[in-house]
Formats: sequence, structure tokens, C-alpha cells
Amino acid sequence: MSFRTGLLSLAATGIALAVAAGAAPASAQESVKIGLILPMTGGQASTGKQIDNAVKLYMQQKGDTVAGRKIEIILKDDGAVPDNTKRIAQELIVNEKVNFIAGFGVTPAALAAAPLATQGKIPQIVMAAGTSIITERSPYIVRTSFTLAQSSTIIGDWAARNGIKKVATLTSDYAPGNDALNFFKQNFTAGGGEIVEEVKVPLANPDFAPFLQRMKDAKPDAVFVFVPAGQGGNFMKQYAERGLDKSGIRVIGPGDVMDDDLLNNMGDAALGTVTAHHYSAAHPSAMNKEFVAAYKKAYGNRPGFMAVSGYDGIHMIYEALKKTGGKTDGDALVAAMKGMKWESPRGPISIDPETRDIVQNIYIRKVEKVDGELYNVEFATFEAVKDSGKTKK
Amino acid sequence: MTTLFTILFDGVAYGMLLFVLACGLAVTLGLMNFVNLAHGAFAMTGGYVCAVLVNQSGWPFFAALPLAFVVSAAIGVALERSLYRHLYTRSHLDQVLFSVGLVFMSVAAVDYIMGSSRIFIRLPAALEGQIDFFGVGIGRYRLMIIVICGLLTLALQLVLARTRFGSRLRAAVDDPRAASGLGINVPQVFAFTFAFGCGLAGLGGALSAEILGLDPYFPLKFMIYFLIVVTVGGSSSITGPFMASLLLGIGDVAGKYYVPKMGPFVIYTIMIVILIWRPNGLFGRTAAR
Repeated sequence: MSFRTGLLSLAATGIALAVAAGAAPASAQESVKIGLILPMTGGQASTGKQIDNAVKLYMQQKGDTVAGRKIEIILKDDGAVPDNTKRIAQELIVNEKVNFIAGFGVTPAALAAAPLATQGKIPQIVMAAGTSIITERSPYIVRTSFTLAQSSTIIGDWAARNGIKKVATLTSDYAPGNDALNFFKQNFTAGGGEIVEEVKVPLANPDFAPFLQRMKDAKPDAVFVFVPAGQGGNFMKQYAERGLDKSGIRVIGPGDVMDDDLLNNMGDAALGTVTAHHYSAAHPSAMNKEFVAAYKKAYGNRPGFMAVSGYDGIHMIYEALKKTGGKTDGDALVAAMKGMKWESPRGPISIDPETRDIVQNIYIRKVEKVDGELYNVEFATFEAVKDSGKTKK
Repeated sequence: MTTLFTILFDGVAYGMLLFVLACGLAVTLGLMNFVNLAHGAFAMTGGYVCAVLVNQSGWPFFAALPLAFVVSAAIGVALERSLYRHLYTRSHLDQVLFSVGLVFMSVAAVDYIMGSSRIFIRLPAALEGQIDFFGVGIGRYRLMIIVICGLLTLALQLVLARTRFGSRLRAAVDDPRAASGLGINVPQVFAFTFAFGCGLAGLGGALSAEILGLDPYFPLKFMIYFLIVVTVGGSSSITGPFMASLLLGIGDVAGKYYVPKMGPFVIYTIMIVILIWRPNGLFGRTAAR
């Protein structure tokens, strides 16, 4: 154990030295390095690919020079394994002397890199992971994705106000699933709703049949669902197979389940599902139309909410560098990001100066067919939603 | 009461699906004494072949199913002739290492070619929804699974027990030396059997996409289920894995319905209890080879 601590502190001094050495001769000509750590292989690979695509797209559109300095992206694959993330982050900071670390597909990966960001005074831009606590783990973490609490509380409020009295919940039994369930429950029951059935599904679950039968027997007004993105399609198909759609039970949930990346393959079973989320490829702003068209042209499919987080993340880095005049001092950069406001393809967003977390509109959307393809069509907006996971404290 | 029948029906369908997926493994593991952990890779191949044919080339679902079988079997026979046969006489550890290596290669290859997201096979409208049978909800797709798998099981049992090929296979398994002395081409029999097992897995993969989901990690995710079926069923015949599949399928579905909090443990509890009671599986042979 003492050997380990020794190693750790050695590594820490190494980082501190490296940063001190790196900061001094950083002339305006030297390029700004961004270590992009993403899951490019494994079950989370679609997250990594979307973010990588979006970052590349942004740099093609806006050029690769900011405030007189060239931007260099170093992409590394961590396969969503936190141990890898930590090792890669350390290598990037010590050897490559990166000025930012960014990406982070899952919460444990973001948490694993947090102490390194603190020690190295390197801004850590979280572009995907969605648990509330992340930004509290280092004063250098800034998030451009979303938190689960944002969408789950809003759908709870919306359901309670829109004639849904009884809800059965079906959530996957892992941290994000439990988060989603608790935030939903809290707001829905506070609004006068009743949870009639609560089922937690094992994460590696091959068949939803028995759980869906329970849902059917509970006769709720709606089923609240949170399952990992890939399983959403199976859920919807079996939901329709069992005739739950015809018995008038609606599906509601946070928007992760109806990710644009997968939605179109789910088939008509998904029609009518109401979810709350911060981004839909069908968001009717001019900026989003342009973004979707450019993304489709470059990569052949539509962007999902992960892509937009990556797009905003790199935008934020660009803007922060403009503010500091190309200086890469970690504290100055984070200060520049705090309170930053801009128009994103998802709508107006800003960075909360207190928590460094994202503040954004949450939209209530319904799955509809547009030009023969399935889209989440927005029909109600909750403006400037903060992360309630933190504000409640 | 009607719910009970619906649960029973869903359980049987799930069990049948497990059986078709796993019975090829029962054949290679039980009859040929080869530990082939890459069995799920053949199932995945079948699933993807079916998905590409139906979704991209516009084939009807029922025409794509046999092709899923044929392609998986063809790949199976090619791999058997080129790779597997060299490992028949090696230790089980070598076989495990080899076949796990194949699994990882197949996962990476499919991820590279098809992408990592989950895919679905477009089903004909006739297979969607439920039929109401005296108040019991019967899923059409699950009904089809039961019919196809039931017929397959019957046919398999008949082939193994009644035909000349069946008796050759059993002879080749019981004593390969004596069998080849009697003029049976043992390698050929094994190759054919192996290919057939792979084909069944491919068919199972195509059928299971709708219920279990199909992505590049399929062989890793479901390896444990195949192994449970084979260990619980015992590997001396196909009756054992068949009964084990049904038992596990019904147990799993019923457990998840009646005690959802314990749901994921039911299948493992059944396995442990049966293995304590009968260490060689339900229909295991007593003397290990």
C-alpha cells in the first residue's frame, strides 16, 4: 500500500513538474493539445464515434487555429474501462503535455480522470457521462453533455401535470437506472402521481417478456422506462408484441432510451413514446438544421445527443482559448468557461458558474414519423434547467 | 390463471430458443468431447446474415432463415477442416484458449464490418402482436419459435436414433478407433456433425435477434447460457439439453415474473441445485470419458 501511495505521489510530482515545465516556454506558436479520451471500441463505441465525428466536423467548419494557436487533437481509446482512462489521462498529461483532457464516455471513466485533472490543473471537459456528482469531483471539470436528473425530473413533472396518475417503472438495475428512477419518482409523486409497480431489470437481461407481463397486469396509465441505449429497441418491440400499446399504456422516460442513433431501427413500435431530453435531431432551429445536414453529409447518418455534446465541448474549448488570448493556464481557462453562454444545435445553453455543469432547455418530445423516418418531435420546453441533483443539496 | 399460461408459454418459447442455440454445443461438447466456446460466434453469424438479407437485400424473413443456417454451417465446416480438427486431440485448456480467441476475433470483425450498435431484423407483419387464445395472450413470434424448434427437435431425435448416419455418429463417438476399423469415415462424420451444430446455432441466432437482441458482443454475452444448458442437461443425448432448456426457460421467465427482485438469480439457482443433485447433468452418463 505504501509502495502504491509512493508511486502515486511520484506520479503527481511528475505531473506537476511536467506542467510547470510545459507552461513556461509555451509560446504563441506552439500548438494547443487536446487529449480526447473516448470509448472507440466495446459496447460504448457509438458514443465515442459520435463525439469524435462531431469534434472533427467542428474543426473542419471553424478551422484548426484559435487565437493564433493551432489546435491538435490526440484521440485515445479507453474502451470505457476506468483503469485505462486513468492510465491514458496520465500519459497524455505527463508525456504529451496536453492542455485539455476531454471526452469520457461513462461516469466511472470521468471519475477516474478527475484527480489527475486536479493535480495537473488541466481542464477536463466531460462530453458524455451523465451522473450528477461528476463535476463535484474536481474544480477543473466542466460538462457539456447533460445530467440524468435534468431529464428524469422534467418527465416526472410533465407526467404529473398531464393526466398521468398511475405509473409503473421499469429500469435497469445499475447506477444511471437507479438515478433516473429516483429523480423521476421524487418529482412525479411530489406532483400527485402514484407509482403502482416498480421493477428493476438486471443489466444483462436477454428477455423483457416477464417484466412486461407484470407491467401489463399492473394496468398503469404509463410505463416509465430507463434501459441502456442498445436495449431500448428490444424493449419497444416486445412492448408492442405484448399489446401494451393497444391497451392504452404509454411509454415515458428520459430521452436516452430514444437516442437518435438507434431510433430509426426500432420500428413503428416506438411511435408515440414521450420522453424528455436536451437534444433531438429534429430540433427546429436553423442552426440545428445546418448541423444535422453537415453531419449527415460527412458521416452518412444523423447526429445523436452524444454528437451534439462533443460539438459543444470543442466549441467551448475554442471560445475559452479566445477569451484567454491563447493562454493555456488551467485556472484561467476554467474561469473563462464559467458562465459562458452560447447557442448550440440543441438550443440556448450555458455553463453554471457555481457548479461548472451545463444549464439547458429540456424538451418534451414524442416519437413521430417525419418523411418516412422516426424522429423525436419536440412539443413542450422547460427552459434553462439546472442539474437538480446538485441544487437540492 | 390466464397469466400463468402466458408465463408458461413465454417460458417454453424462451427455452426452445435456448435449445436451438445451445444444442450444437451439446453435440460438440458431449458427442465430440470438444470444448467450443466460440459456439455463440456461429449464432451471431446466422443472425447477421439474416439481418443483412432481410434489411438490406429485401429478402423475405422465412427465406433468409434457411440461409442463416447454410452460411453458418459453411463457415463451420471451413473452420473445422482448417483449424478445429488440429485441436481434437489437444487438452481442454488448449481448446478453451483457442475458441475464446476465435470469439474475440469474431467480435472485433463484426464490430468493424457492421458497427457496434444493436440491429434488428425487419419482421413480416404476420409475426407481430399477440393472439388471444381463450384469454391467454400468445405472441405470434414466440409461437413460430415453438413450432420451428419443436419440429427441429423431433427431426434431430429421429436422425440420431433411427438413421444410419445417427448410428455412425454414435459409434464414432463411443469408440473412434473401432468405428474407423469398421469402415466409418470418422473425420467426415465429425465434420458434418460440427457443421450441422453450427448451422443450428446460426438459425438460433437469426431467431433470437428479436428477443435477445443482436450486437457484436452476442457470443460473449450468451456463452454462459449455452454452457448452463449443456451442463444442466448433460451431454449424452439431445434429450438432456432439451429438457434443461425448457426447465431453465420456464424457470427464468416465471422467476422474473413472480419474484422480480430475485429474477436474475433463478436460472443460476436451478443450475446449482441440479448439479448438486446430479453432478453429470439431468441425463449425463455416469462414467466420464
